[in-house]
Amino acid sequence: MAFADMLNIGMMQGFAGLSLFAVLLLMGLGLAIIFGQMGVINMAHGEFMTLGAYTIFLFSTLAESFFPQFTQSYFLVAIVAAFFVAFLAGWCVEWALIRHLYKRPLDTLLATWGVSLGMQQCFRSFIGPKEVSPTLPDWLMGSWSPHEGLDIPINGLFVMALTLVVTGGVLLALYKSRWGLRVRATVANRPMANAIGINTKKTDRMTYAIGCGIAGVAGAAFTTIGSTGPTSGSLYIVDAFLVVTFGGAASLLGTVASAFGIAQMQSISEFFMTGSMAKVLTLMTIVVILMMRPQGLFASKIRH
Amino acid sequence: MRDHASPKPRSTLRRHLMQGLVALPLIGLSAIGQAAPPATAVVNTTKLAVTDTEVTVGQLHSATGTMAISETGSIQAEQLAIDQINAMGGVLGRKIKVIKEDGASDWPTFAEKSKKLLINDRVAAVFGCWTSASRKAVLPIFEKENGMLYYPTFYEGLEQSKNVIYTGQEATQQILWGLDWVAKEKKAKTYFLVGSDYIWPRTSMKIARKHIESVAKLGKVVGEEYYPLGHTNFNSLINKIKVAKPDVIFIAVVGGSNVSFYKQLKAAGVTAAKQTLLTISVTEDEVLGIGGENMAGFYASMKYFQSLDNANNKAFVQAFKAKYGAKAVIGDVTQAAYLGPWLWKAAVEKAGSFDVDKVAAASVGIEFKGAPEGYVKVHPNHHLWSKTRIGQAQADGQFKVVAESPELIEPNPFPKGYQ
Repeated sequence: MAFADMLNIGMMQGFAGLSLFAVLLLMGLGLAIIFGQMGVINMAHGEFMTLGAYTIFLFSTLAESFFPQFTQSYFLVAIVAAFFVAFLAGWCVEWALIRHLYKRPLDTLLATWGVSLGMQQCFRSFIGPKEVSPTLPDWLMGSWSPHEGLDIPINGLFVMALTLVVTGGVLLALYKSRWGLRVRATVANRPMANAIGINTKKTDRMTYAIGCGIAGVAGAAFTTIGSTGPTSGSLYIVDAFLVVTFGGAASLLGTVASAFGIAQMQSISEFFMTGSMAKVLTLMTIVVILMMRPQGLFASKIRH
Repeated sequence: MRDHASPKPRSTLRRHLMQGLVALPLIGLSAIGQAAPPATAVVNTTKLAVTDTEVTVGQLHSATGTMAISETGSIQAEQLAIDQINAMGGVLGRKIKVIKEDGASDWPTFAEKSKKLLINDRVAAVFGCWTSASRKAVLPIFEKENGMLYYPTFYEGLEQSKNVIYTGQEATQQILWGLDWVAKEKKAKTYFLVGSDYIWPRTSMKIARKHIESVAKLGKVVGEEYYPLGHTNFNSLINKIKVAKPDVIFIAVVGGSNVSFYKQLKAAGVTAAKQTLLTISVTEDEVLGIGGENMAGFYASMKYFQSLDNANNKAFVQAFKAKYGAKAVIGDVTQAAYLGPWLWKAAVEKAGSFDVDKVAAASVGIEFKGAPEGYVKVHPNHHLWSKTRIGQAQADGQFKVVAESPELIEPNPFPKGYQ
């Protein structure tokens, strides 16, 4: 094989790793906020992603049947809508269920798992058991080919850009906004935050809803990669928890680092061995590292 | 309670005798007009749920859970066939009543529900299962309780049972002719095999590799890869394929993974214009999710495509759409599921009995000329003789049939030289 070909494959392989990194980070981000900052084990996280994905599907169907002039542009609006749909759903779930369970963290695991089963059955009953794919705008399809033999997937580029925006937004919000300040105060010391006049109940609800909203955006982005079915969420949830736990639960930076590490490990090993073996190797490595560092890559410096 | 319950059987027996006596003159009368259905005592000697007017059958698929996506088509097709048979007067003069059970994509549930259907409901036949795992879970129960199962999915072979009629293709029927076609038509010498990581793709790929490398000597396998069910990231695999530069990619990826795989292939610039791809796992049902524009130009090797041009199929597609909506699509397995009730009806009528032993024996050699896929015939090994076709995916989600095996292909679930 010619050197130029090797170079092309190497570049495409590097891009494959980066795009998997973007996907994992997007999955983990919402969970890192809910699980990492609030300590709620949100088993329904995958279903909030599915909700976002179905929102895209809804917009695509609407655009196709009623507003054909928007079939090229609906996608960006739909992503914003996906955020708000998942945000609202998260708000309601927190109000109805989670807020009663903050003192019983293990029960939130069961409760949110119940929510996840319920949501799956709702998707199945109201949307249908078959997997669906929205019709994507043409500019999202195909590849960008700077020269012969080198193809960079456009949907991969798009997911990377979106991840960058969302991660930046979350970091900014968490460290530069009033809400972020309140969240960090609540996480650091709840009674004291209460005492100085922070409405921690309201902060909790906002945090949970924002985490769910980000999950919705993640789900929206995944419609460019795969299909959406009632149980799609259960495919994402394991990876999402893996990323967050490996990174260190309370650290956003840890989530970024762990998503990068897992993605590169997975994508490089997949190139040199079979897919199933690559997965085994990746999981083994994570288990070994977690045995040596139970707190994850980046431990939080917060007193509990 | 036992004491109170004991007189009951006698009283129902008496009631049956009374009904029989009352019915006698009626049977005599109707015999003048048309041939009377044979008496229940004659057609049912094994206490199946058969009455003078009705025969009960079971339907056992996943209506919920992850497999519901695939099994819904089979449920619909079987129901359509049963409705049509009832409209024609039923089987041996008895209307078919269906008890629907939900296997819920969970194999122990399948076993549980099959026990219920066979032991409590005493159904005369069951139309059901989809995955090999669910079939393996119920098989011992059907053999022990002597039930009759009509199984619709194309599968890996290596199985044969008196109690099962396999209406889909076994692996060699589906694969070998397809590989021969691609080798001849596309002058293919190198093959890259990709599958989901479970029994059907692995067995299929083993057969494919043997065929390519030793039996038919078509060329060389330059790669063989399996990915976990539900895997969604295929970029590394696609790069590997680009390095190997095979003449043909031969695919048995199933479920949601399919969608990611074809979308990413397209995004990586691997399109039909540059690469020949032959799949044995994508039917019209899967294309719905994948999107026709991502599949366009690739080939599938199956026994049935919705676009098949014959009178049987046109009537079938029309009836299916009339019942389930104009947007409904029909894949290979859906058609195979449709055959089940018809083959059972033919076997029961040939045997003149609903008894499972007699139906199983009578099944061999049954011909069904009304099959949408064309003429089929039951082989002594309880699989079907069938043709294999190559369909080329179109942007609208349908397949264009570009080749068809000249003869019916003999089912061979235990292929010599391929193990």
